[in-house]
Amino acid sequence: MRTLGVISAIFVKDLRVEWRHRETLASMCIFGLLVVFLFNFAFEPAGEERLRLLPGLLWIAFAFAGVLGFNRSFAAERENAGLEGMRLAPVDPGAIYLGKMLANLFFMGIAEVVVVFATSLWYNFSFIPALGWFALTTFFCTLGYVAVGTTFGAVAANTRMREVMLPVLQFPVAVPIFIAGVEGTTGALKGDPVSDYAGWIKLAAGYSAIFVVLSYLLFEYVLEE
Amino acid sequence: MNKIFPPTLHLIVTYAWLIVATYLIFFYAPQEATMGEVQRIFYIHVSSAWTALLAYFLIFLGSIAYLWKRRDSADDFAHGAAEVGFVFCTCVLVTGPLWAKPVWGIWWTWDARLTLTFVLWLLFVAYLMLRSYVINPGRAAVLAAVVGIMGFVDVPIDYMAIRWWRTQHPQPVIAGGEGSGLDPRMWVALLVTWGAFLCLFAYLLRQSTRLAVLRREVANLRRLRGSSQGG
Repeated sequence: MRTLGVISAIFVKDLRVEWRHRETLASMCIFGLLVVFLFNFAFEPAGEERLRLLPGLLWIAFAFAGVLGFNRSFAAERENAGLEGMRLAPVDPGAIYLGKMLANLFFMGIAEVVVVFATSLWYNFSFIPALGWFALTTFFCTLGYVAVGTTFGAVAANTRMREVMLPVLQFPVAVPIFIAGVEGTTGALKGDPVSDYAGWIKLAAGYSAIFVVLSYLLFEYVLEE
Repeated sequence: MNKIFPPTLHLIVTYAWLIVATYLIFFYAPQEATMGEVQRIFYIHVSSAWTALLAYFLIFLGSIAYLWKRRDSADDFAHGAAEVGFVFCTCVLVTGPLWAKPVWGIWWTWDARLTLTFVLWLLFVAYLMLRSYVINPGRAAVLAAVVGIMGFVDVPIDYMAIRWWRTQHPQPVIAGGEGSGLDPRMWVALLVTWGAFLCLFAYLLRQSTRLAVLRREVANLRRLRGSSQGG
């Protein structure tokens, strides 16, 4: 019960702090929108091409918005000696990780909704028919991405050039999520039978499970002095 | 280790082994049926690839050992394996295109194996960059160990995901796959070359860890001198 208390305390704390200024959330959403916007100059998807290109676009936007969020989540802690506070608190470091991870998941979810909405509007593509499976696929892939991103965000918070360091750490490790995200989303949006792309959802779920557990175990080393 | 197999002897053995391997590559191994002489780069390419993969596994072991026992030797081992493994991985990515261009007509393709190798290279880069950029050097070893463990756990998942992704997409037509039925003399050349590379890897790893130990001693001495002078 103690652990759950810690997790929810951190989660609520992060949401409350974010709610004051909403800076991180705003930057994530704007950045996602900008990526979607620029994409239109790089490619001009129309008609059938949209199904081929939009999943990739979505995941690039998610990937970069996510990295922005992870960086800021720990940068703020560093500035206000929040990390020291966490170190000193007599709680399980893994619980702190889970609280932060859930908060990041929440923020990334909001950013994703904004990005999907903008994509739907600007490219005249409806996500409604496939919404259920699309949401499920995106959820598991986002979970995996956030699981890894929270840990690497904490690691990168200890470095110079953390804006560069986090993507350098995150992107290679997140390759399976990226692939699963694009392939699963394509399958869902095409309206293929679930069995065709269910494997990708399972891969994302398995990846999330592995990295949540691994991060839970390793977080005490990331936090220690 | 230093008494039984001193570094100098190790170096001599490495040189000798590499010379034998070179002979086998160029004179003993038969010429490949379709690709011709350029195929010989395969022995260096594959040996480097296997060595690089082994190196990341060693980073994984060293990282676990360091987090568990906190011995500097484990950290030096992981760091050394990363530095040397990175060089071998770069070698793979350089020799590959050199071979691919005359044989396939293209420098690169995003097939399963190449993509995976590039991801492995990026994982080496991530580990090494982290070590350079950590603000507080005392923390570098622990953080690197975490990254090393997570990076290695990722490798088999990458392998599965990329392979699966690639089988779903049309492949470029590649004439003759490497390793599809090797002449026994080619096997000999390959295994001897790999052995030589492993010997080289071990030597460079040894020197790297020795260097790390010396660096630490110098830093300690500086600190002692500083505290005795400054007071």
